[in-house]
Amino acid sequence: MDNDIMIKIEDVTYEYNSIGEEGQLRAIRNLSIDVKRGEFLVILGHNGSGKSTLAKLMNGLLIPTKGDIYVMGMNTKDENKIWNIREKAGMVFQNPDNQIVATIVEEDVAFGPENQGIPPAEIRKRVDEALRIVEMTEYKRHAPHLLSGGQKQRVAIAGILAMNPDCIIFDEPTAMLDPTGRIEVMNTIKKLNKVEEKTIVLITHYMDEAVEADRILVMEQGEIVMAGTPREIFKQVKKVKELGLDVPQVTELVYELRKEGIDIQEDILTVEELVRLL
Amino acid sequence: MLKDITIGQYFPGDTIIHKLDPRIKIIIIALFITSLFFINTFFPYVFILIFILLAIRLSKVPVKIVLKGLKPLFFIIFITFAINVFMTKGEVLFQIGPLTVTKEGISQAVFMALRLIFLITGTSLLTLTTSPISLTDGIEKLLSPFKKIGLPAHELAMMMTIALRFIPTLLEETDKIMKAQMARGADFESGNILNRAKNLVPLLVPLFINAFRRADELATAMEARCYRGGDNRTRLNELKLKRHDIIALVSTTFFFAFIISIRYIW
Repeated sequence: MDNDIMIKIEDVTYEYNSIGEEGQLRAIRNLSIDVKRGEFLVILGHNGSGKSTLAKLMNGLLIPTKGDIYVMGMNTKDENKIWNIREKAGMVFQNPDNQIVATIVEEDVAFGPENQGIPPAEIRKRVDEALRIVEMTEYKRHAPHLLSGGQKQRVAIAGILAMNPDCIIFDEPTAMLDPTGRIEVMNTIKKLNKVEEKTIVLITHYMDEAVEADRILVMEQGEIVMAGTPREIFKQVKKVKELGLDVPQVTELVYELRKEGIDIQEDILTVEELVRLL
Repeated sequence: MLKDITIGQYFPGDTIIHKLDPRIKIIIIALFITSLFFINTFFPYVFILIFILLAIRLSKVPVKIVLKGLKPLFFIIFITFAINVFMTKGEVLFQIGPLTVTKEGISQAVFMALRLIFLITGTSLLTLTTSPISLTDGIEKLLSPFKKIGLPAHELAMMMTIALRFIPTLLEETDKIMKAQMARGADFESGNILNRAKNLVPLLVPLFINAFRRADELATAMEARCYRGGDNRTRLNELKLKRHDIIALVSTTFFFAFIISIRYIW
């Protein structure tokens, strides 16, 4: 097994069985992806493109109808390994309210390690460390319902971090947050990738978040339709738009300027880059 | 408005009573209740009163707050008092219409009312000085010996924790839905009881649907965090009996044994 591959998805198909309807809804079709160790992978797609299903497949919450998924060499179909897989590939969900279990921040962060059966002294260390990384240490004795959305989501991230995963899958973590909360959470995610060297799989439909990625996959109807670095993807403004997605505002501006005949570099992603160029 | 509601009536503090192991506190309260029912004369009440006052003093909970716990039960205390006054037979003191008041009646009524008051202040002192989490922890640990006969101690405690966690979330949501429905002309405040109940339907239906959706998402999130029931689970804050817990347990046991024995000695 290749050690540099974190998650290996091999020709996977997933079908939802809907009751009372003929046939099945095919959410994922013959998909193959390799997630490399330490990489920041963004999966883009609009609603119903199968991206959340893909996330749940990655840590064994769903089992593929066809094909295999390996997390660090462990097949998600192997029931004996399922808890090891979930330890290695942690998952953060969209709604921060619905993933916090306990009534005090630090108790909630401890929930994962408690389930893993780790000794109390070690849990204490991990909880403090996780809260330090997400910068929520000063709130450790607070009740979660009094925190802001961004803070709650950071607590949820700390809860996963405390389990010591190698890879964290984020399923639209910012979709329910206000702009401030979104920035807080994105900064945390970047920090996890750059400083803590965690492999990140970020599922989103916000283009501005995708700009930070090492690699982007664009999904449509359960298939990957585009793949590449942010620059490669967003250069193709027309194609991205045809898929019902937006490009970052700056890229769109450059695209329109070029259409008007102004000759500037076409792979601009951030405001700073454009300012420097002009 | 709904946001201000606090769960339980925990009064935070850092006193010896607050720091007692929740298991010990629950056991002491159980002993307290048992001995209250053994008392059959006024005399032992003096000791109970001293015990409660001492506990309140040590816990530094203002007496006013402890007495506030009596308020919702005032009606029950009053009814108990009235029934005892009028229904006990004995030496007639005076009559009001068909009701006779006896000497034994008054003494019995005061006795029962005091028993209720002590019962309530004692138990509310437990909830005032123990946070809901440590209370659940204590219950889980106390019930765990009964796991062998099939009592799901861990699951019960987990359910209580989740319920406590989601009460404020659901209250907030109720508030939101109420406002949304009111903006569309829903009326929650007028009409008779039947009408009001009917008007609650547009509030309850979305609330329940949302609660189910939340439950589903929470269960998925818990699974993703390796939750697989209570077996082999460790705790961040393990309950450990300390010296002062043992001292408290032993001394109160002697105290309550003394109270109970009064009944048989005198």
